[in-house]
Amino acid sequence: MAFALRRLVFYLVAAWFAITLNFAIPRMMPGDPATTIFARFQGRLAPEALDALKASFGLTDAPLLTQYGTYLGHLFTGDLGLSVAYFPSPVSEVIGTGLGWTLLLAGTAVCFSFALGTLLGVLAAWRRGGRLDAILPPILSFLGAFPYFWLAMAALWLFGYTLGWFPVRHAYGSDLEPGWDLTFLVDVVRHGLLPASTIVLVTLGGWMLSMRNTMLGVLGGESILYARARGLAPRTIMWRYAARNALLPSVTSFGMALGFVLGGSLLTEIVFAYPGQGYLLLQAVRTQDYPLMQGIFLAITLAVLAANWIVDVVTMMLDPRIR
Amino acid sequence: MRAGAALVASALGRSGPARVGAGLLFFFVLVALVGPLLVADPTEMLARPLLPPGADHWFGTTGQGQDVLAQTVVGTRMSLFVGLATGLLVTALGALVGVTAGYFGGRVDDALSLLVNVFLVLPGLPLAIVLAAWLPPGPLSIVAVLTLTGWAWTARVLRAQTLSLRHKDFVAAAVVSGEGHARIMLREILPNMTSLWVSCAVGTATYAIGASVGLEFLGLGDVSRVTWGTNLYWATNDAALLTGSWWTFVPTGLCLALVGFGLTLLNYGLDELTNPRLGVDRAWRRALKAAGRTPGDSTPYLPPAEGGR
Repeated sequence: MAFALRRLVFYLVAAWFAITLNFAIPRMMPGDPATTIFARFQGRLAPEALDALKASFGLTDAPLLTQYGTYLGHLFTGDLGLSVAYFPSPVSEVIGTGLGWTLLLAGTAVCFSFALGTLLGVLAAWRRGGRLDAILPPILSFLGAFPYFWLAMAALWLFGYTLGWFPVRHAYGSDLEPGWDLTFLVDVVRHGLLPASTIVLVTLGGWMLSMRNTMLGVLGGESILYARARGLAPRTIMWRYAARNALLPSVTSFGMALGFVLGGSLLTEIVFAYPGQGYLLLQAVRTQDYPLMQGIFLAITLAVLAANWIVDVVTMMLDPRIR
Repeated sequence: MRAGAALVASALGRSGPARVGAGLLFFFVLVALVGPLLVADPTEMLARPLLPPGADHWFGTTGQGQDVLAQTVVGTRMSLFVGLATGLLVTALGALVGVTAGYFGGRVDDALSLLVNVFLVLPGLPLAIVLAAWLPPGPLSIVAVLTLTGWAWTARVLRAQTLSLRHKDFVAAAVVSGEGHARIMLREILPNMTSLWVSCAVGTATYAIGASVGLEFLGLGDVSRVTWGTNLYWATNDAALLTGSWWTFVPTGLCLALVGFGLTLLNYGLDELTNPRLGVDRAWRRALKAAGRTPGDSTPYLPPAEGGR
């Protein structure tokens, strides 16, 4: 339990760091942010929008520390300012519309890729030099070298536009009302399948190779030699002894990979016009909606930190040494 | 340092995948250096927009009538530059933080490790996007942003290795002979983990090339410049998917993947140096084959003492 608490404190520190970074970035940049923004919006924004923008950044003449206090106060009440692209909606509301979709898409893809990749890694390490071990790693490393969004573009062009197997945009058909009924859920799966598959395809190789290499190390260890000497069935040795011990480093890196994959999946969302954070982020970049951009950064960061903590707790339950 | 470099070079020469990777990279470096002299002006409108690949324009034309081949070739230069520059800067910064933390230990290590761990859990791309949006667009901004968001992993890996080298006899000998801290770190510790930091630099370059293309694809680069990222940005802007003009994005993506793949292959060779067991396994198979036996499913037990070489 002490371990879980210690990790919680660490993630709180990380969250505080991200929040402060979010405050500092506009103020550290060359020139002052207000002028940057105003120059870019010359004549394109109503005066009240500009005022809202200014207020949302806390860009007053007050000393930095006071500004920081105001910023933290706003943050704790969930006030991230007003979005420019979706003016006059508050940023928190705009982000709320996309967070669920992003977590659904990236979360499912990451978990599936982790499970499948680890499984393939175990099999490849067990039969080193076998067919699986010879063929898959080079192919998967090659696929892993593509940027997520490029593979998404290629898949969309091939399977969406040319072959017409999958819907080409959005998370569900425009003729459907969101709800918990079967038709809607099936439609969501149909829309999510192609974007999720491209994420899985890009990330699979990493999981497989890291599991394979850790497993090789474990297989050479004395505990395996002993298990062999005791005459245990090979299958038991493979799963209960080798795979179980080799799994730990993969689980530890799972949390870190989350942030990485989430970043990549943002770009995948853009290609598929999937209504998650990535799509909002594109709108924010296109319209130079700085409050929204920074709100998305904060939301994603906090989600990743929370997920990391959960992964840590799971690791703790898997590894008696930490407990 | 020279001995470390020679070791790395010979390991790369011995490994088949690394040779293929080096070949791929050599080809693209050549394209980046010489290619732009051989192709048409990538920004000029030369023909009808969206011509499919043909005799006049081997890779077709873009939505603005520019030659795709010229754009792909010229784009190579900037992407390789961003990858190389970020790889070098990240390795320098990562080595500075990681080796310092591992060498001094104690409070210094605690503080630096906390910083490293925080940067590790912060999602890199969203942070890079926010930073890039505030900076003036251009390749230097992208290198700066990717360095700032990408150094932590290298620092962590090098710190761990420094910790294990710190208490070796040769370091103790250097301390006793009165060498300064900076000299020990630079001349004793760093050369003894050359394969590790070279592999980190190669990994970072791979990441940086992909991430820079991602940022530019979002429109955060200088969109008037020809790079692989802006090629893809313009391809989507000109609705490449809707019009079915696959040739506007396929060449750039394939080149990107080939460069990334080349770098990954290069790292395979380095991995065998860092993790001798991978190479030993192959040597074992070769020995079995020479003895006229077929390796089975069983795992040979390799005592660590022999595993070293």
